[in-house]
This record gives sequence, C-alpha cells and structure tokens, in this order.
Amino acid sequence: MLAIDVISTIFLAAGSLIMITGTVGLLKFPDFYTRMHATGKCDTLGQILIIMGCMIYEGFTFITIKLLLVSAFYLLAGPASTHALMKAAYVTGLPVWKKGDKRM
Amino acid sequence: MEMTEMKEDHRTFSIALTFCIMFIFWVLLSAWTVYLPEPYDLSKVSRGILAALIVTFLTYEIFVPGKGEKVLLKTRRFIPYVGWELWQIYLATVDVAKRVFGILEVDPQIIEFDTTLRSDFALVTFANSITLTPGTITIDVEPERGRYIVHAIAKGPAESLTVDQTMQKKVGYVFMEE
Repeated sequence: MLAIDVISTIFLAAGSLIMITGTVGLLKFPDFYTRMHATGKCDTLGQILIIMGCMIYEGFTFITIKLLLVSAFYLLAGPASTHALMKAAYVTGLPVWKKGDKRM
Repeated sequence: MEMTEMKEDHRTFSIALTFCIMFIFWVLLSAWTVYLPEPYDLSKVSRGILAALIVTFLTYEIFVPGKGEKVLLKTRRFIPYVGWELWQIYLATVDVAKRVFGILEVDPQIIEFDTTLRSDFALVTFANSITLTPGTITIDVEPERGRYIVHAIAKGPAESLTVDQTMQKKVGYVFMEE
C-alpha cells in the first residue's frame, strides 16, 4: 500500500500548498475585492486536490461517491458565496482599489 | 380536455422520476453501508422511502423540466463544458498564484457587458463560470438584459470577457441561446 500512501500524500500536499497560496494572497492583496480573488479561486482547486487525495487513500468504496458529491457541491456553492460577498460589498458602496492608490 | 390529460401525465411522470432518483440517491448515501448488509428489515427501508417521498413532493415541479426543452441534448453538450471548466479552474489558480507572488501585476477594474443569455440556468452557469475562470468574479447580473457586472483583477482577464468572448459562445452553445 506504499504507492497509494505516496500518491495520496502528494495530492494532499499540493492541495495544502494551494490553500497556503490563497492565504498569502488574502494577507497581501490591497483591497476587499482582490482578496476575494485569492481566496475564492485557490480554495476551489485546493479542495479538489485534497478530496482527490482522500479518495485515493480510501480506495474505491461508497465513501468515494460521498467525497465526489462533496467536491461537486463545493464547485456550485463556492462561486455562489464569493458572488454573494462581492455583491454585498458593491451594493453598500465599498470603494474599488485602483493601481497607485493607498492599500486599504 | 386533452391538454389537462397531458399535464396530468407529465405530473405523474415527474413525480415517479423524481422519486426514483431520490431513492437511488438515498441508497447510495446511507443504505448501502448501513442497512443492506444486515438482514432485510422493512422499517429501515421505509425511512428512506419516507424521506424520498417528502423530497419528491417538495421538488418535483422544479426538478423535472417541461416538455420540449431538449434536456438530453443540453446534457450531452454540458459534459465537455464541465471538462473545459476544470481546466480553467487550474489556469485560474496558477494565475492568482502568479499575482500573489508578484510575477503578474494587480490592476483591478470593474467592467459591464451584455450577453444573449436569458434562461435562469444559463445565467447561473455563466455567472459561476466567470467566477471560476482566471482573474474575474461576477458582482451582479441583470436577468432581463443578460447584463453582467464583473470585477477583473487586471486588463488581460477583462479583455478575455469583453473582446474574445470565448466563454459566452461556449455557454450559449450549451444552452442553445446564441
């Protein structure tokens, strides 16, 4: 089972690395809208890779189907929640950072 | 008279189809590992049937679309689109990672553009696709005109929506609303 362990660890590590990239972007980007870019996009690929790692580790059982459904649900819910936050900020009139402005 | 009969037929068909799918879903999620290996017991399976019935009567009207909507053709066109979308998710993450580590610039702007999409499902699919593809996030949608307000992180991603319009064409092709 060593090969499966190695492959699933690679997937989990890649997913975690992408999540960390998203977090660095969350701290580094200048305003709310650009921060949503960092979290909203990195989380999607990060969760796909982490769930694939779990699926490979588990082997092909019925838990695989549940994990697949979790992943598919996230692909629908992730963009929708990002969009809801963006719209709330835009409607309440949060200013948009332009190049050269001070960091918000 | 015939119209009401046809409607009644369609309603029965919708309820039956929704119930079958919901029950199969329940078996996949909970019955297979918990109930079926044990000796057959009607009271356990009846819980699943009850749950499936409740969900069926709540959702059959929106779950099964009306006749003449070419569901099979749309589904067949939708599957390659999902594959393309997964590739776009990979590109989007690479793009954001480059901007995080300072290889590409951050120059945000808000753009507006009109599309030919009108149905709810097409509008939602396109809005989610914009958020998943590199460098753009949907802020608002006006369904009457198919108008989208989008936040783009730099000039390149904004132009891929307003000038190239690859994705509009793909979504329009899938839902036949070109």
